[in-house]
Amino acid sequence: MKVVKIATAGSVDDGKSTLIGRILYETNSLTEDKLLAIEEKSKINGFDYLDFSLATDGLLAEREQGITIDVAHIYFSHQNTSFIIADTPGHKEYTRNMITGASTSDASIILIDARKGVVEQTYRHFFITQLLQMKEIIVCVNKMDLVDYDQNKYLEIVEYVKYLAESFGADLSKIHFVPVSALKGENILNTSNEMPWFNGLSLISLIHCLEGVSNDENSLMRYPVQQVIRPKTEEYHDYRAYAGKVYGNAIEVGEKVRLYPSENEAVVSGISVFEGALNRASHGMSVSIELDRELNLSRGDLLVKVGEEPQVAKQIKAKLCWMNSDALRLGGVYLLQHGLHIVKAKVQEIQGVYDITKGELNDSAKSKLQLNEIGLVELKLSKPIYYDNFSESRSNGSFILIDTKSNNTAGLGFVV
Amino acid sequence: MKNLKQNPLESEAIFIFREVASQFEKPVILFSGGKDSITLVRLAQKAFYPGKIPMPLLHIDTGHNFPETIEFRDKLVSELGLDLIVRYVQDNIDSGKVKEESGKYASRNMLQTETLLDTIEEFGFDACIGGARRDEEKARAKERVFSVRDDFGGWDEKNQRPEVFDFLNGRIDLGQNVRVFPISNWTELDVWSYIQKEKIEIPKIYFAHKRSVFLRDGLIWSAHDQYVYRADEEEVVDMQVRFRTVGDMSCTAAVASGAETIDQVVEEIKASSISERGARIDDKRSEAAMEKRKQQGYF
Repeated sequence: MKVVKIATAGSVDDGKSTLIGRILYETNSLTEDKLLAIEEKSKINGFDYLDFSLATDGLLAEREQGITIDVAHIYFSHQNTSFIIADTPGHKEYTRNMITGASTSDASIILIDARKGVVEQTYRHFFITQLLQMKEIIVCVNKMDLVDYDQNKYLEIVEYVKYLAESFGADLSKIHFVPVSALKGENILNTSNEMPWFNGLSLISLIHCLEGVSNDENSLMRYPVQQVIRPKTEEYHDYRAYAGKVYGNAIEVGEKVRLYPSENEAVVSGISVFEGALNRASHGMSVSIELDRELNLSRGDLLVKVGEEPQVAKQIKAKLCWMNSDALRLGGVYLLQHGLHIVKAKVQEIQGVYDITKGELNDSAKSKLQLNEIGLVELKLSKPIYYDNFSESRSNGSFILIDTKSNNTAGLGFVV
Repeated sequence: MKNLKQNPLESEAIFIFREVASQFEKPVILFSGGKDSITLVRLAQKAFYPGKIPMPLLHIDTGHNFPETIEFRDKLVSELGLDLIVRYVQDNIDSGKVKEESGKYASRNMLQTETLLDTIEEFGFDACIGGARRDEEKARAKERVFSVRDDFGGWDEKNQRPEVFDFLNGRIDLGQNVRVFPISNWTELDVWSYIQKEKIEIPKIYFAHKRSVFLRDGLIWSAHDQYVYRADEEEVVDMQVRFRTVGDMSCTAAVASGAETIDQVVEEIKASSISERGARIDDKRSEAAMEKRKQQGYF
């Protein structure tokens, strides 16, 4: 069974929870007991329709306020594909959660209220999908029932989004549009009779087209060592393997690898999993790799193929999304985790903050980067890191900053 | 074996187990004897193979167990050579630290939290690995893979650490601990399909068997008067049932079923129109039952 991960993003009140509830309903993913609970609760709340948002808003405060606070993961399957939806809140102050949801997804659904058109949050969503280099975007124009299924209204929004996407440098062929009414179930599973002017695919047909989309499979092979496995039992007396997860292209037995930070070379002498020995391991697999010689390797070290060496530097420039209520301070020291490798990082310069409505850098030096701001920063590191450009390796081109006072994951960075 | 395509959910879980072993000093696997925790043990085996699982199992025993579960637990532990720690809810009841619930819906499920928190403190566990899944329940859908709990075991659901890409940040202060959920992204069907594919042994009560039961609120309750309250007018009948989830006997309802093999169970789950936790009496208490339990330190 294939697994497709999708992030959904919208702004306040554009009906995102309702849309997801509707998708669950139309794909027969709501069990009878859950449906019954929704029916009862809708009645208590005095609605004459089923309030599908009740299917997803999981926290008490969310139901009380009728908003989504935190990322929720929702699972359903339809026609032999498993879908995981990371439902992320639309509020400005919760943008860090949107990044969280989007970072683990293959594609993104951006929701727009047909009455309101593109709003500030839409720019933000576009900016983040471009920053994370998400391959496919579905723009879903919702609440079409409230604009009498007006084609012109829809086309106006489509035109504006295309203009916006182009100015952000997005590939228009990867952006798909669909007008829907989540409340009435129009264009969700089947194409709508209310909108005969629309010739495209319904939303659920569209998400099926995302099958097989992966952002990472054909990128540089990177293998961060998680831990050294040395059973020290009689049977495995001399066994020493490096446990980790493969990112990018497959790695095979017999291939030459270079190890970082030592820059030593070695040959892969074995790849194994619980089920036995393998010849090769492909993207996403958790395996153990053995090398042909004894080397001093430990957690956080990196294996790459010879000829595909990363860059090594003690000073880096990065785009940084700040996700902490305590602002990033010029001169501040944080822990930087890159792959599984942790070093100290000092903020040398905050070169500017991105204007998310234009996708451009506001080029004026700052002393702070506030929660939900995305800036361009220069960091000085206590030890070198071995990194790639984010477009060549998502896993090895990104890092997090950890606030040492709170231990919180405070920022997400992309080396540029 | 030349080429193997690993199940992405399995790869992810193995990755998480290895992160726990590397980032924490005293991790423990919370083991209830249910299918999810049995699946966790298999995943841990795979993560550290050919080494041993480098962490003990912890069972918080409510005293209201299905005997088949305990029997199964002891067999698994001895076969794999694992360390097992058991702590009893009964001890806290005897010492007067917690009060046993009474009445029709009395259950020891809530009381487990106190014993769990005591045990975490007793051993200084910094990471507790649990088999909770996001698809089970609405509050669980909001859980992180690494979920930080404060000194009192509390969950601050509105202020969780962002989890981006594969970065798992397990840094904590002394006294805090992290709950870790390696099978967060699995659905009930994923777990059953995995048990089927891997031929994992599970307790017999998961398969159809004849049992003395009574009906209440549309649910099938085990007729076990010692643990489960039953009014005189609630009549005991024999039925062919199985359990879809296994917890404390007083909060786990059975389902009518003829599924005697794992293949039949998987088919039954695929066709089911009732959710897994629909048979959890503890979740029926209120809409936010799980969220409230988690805030108090429930796993």
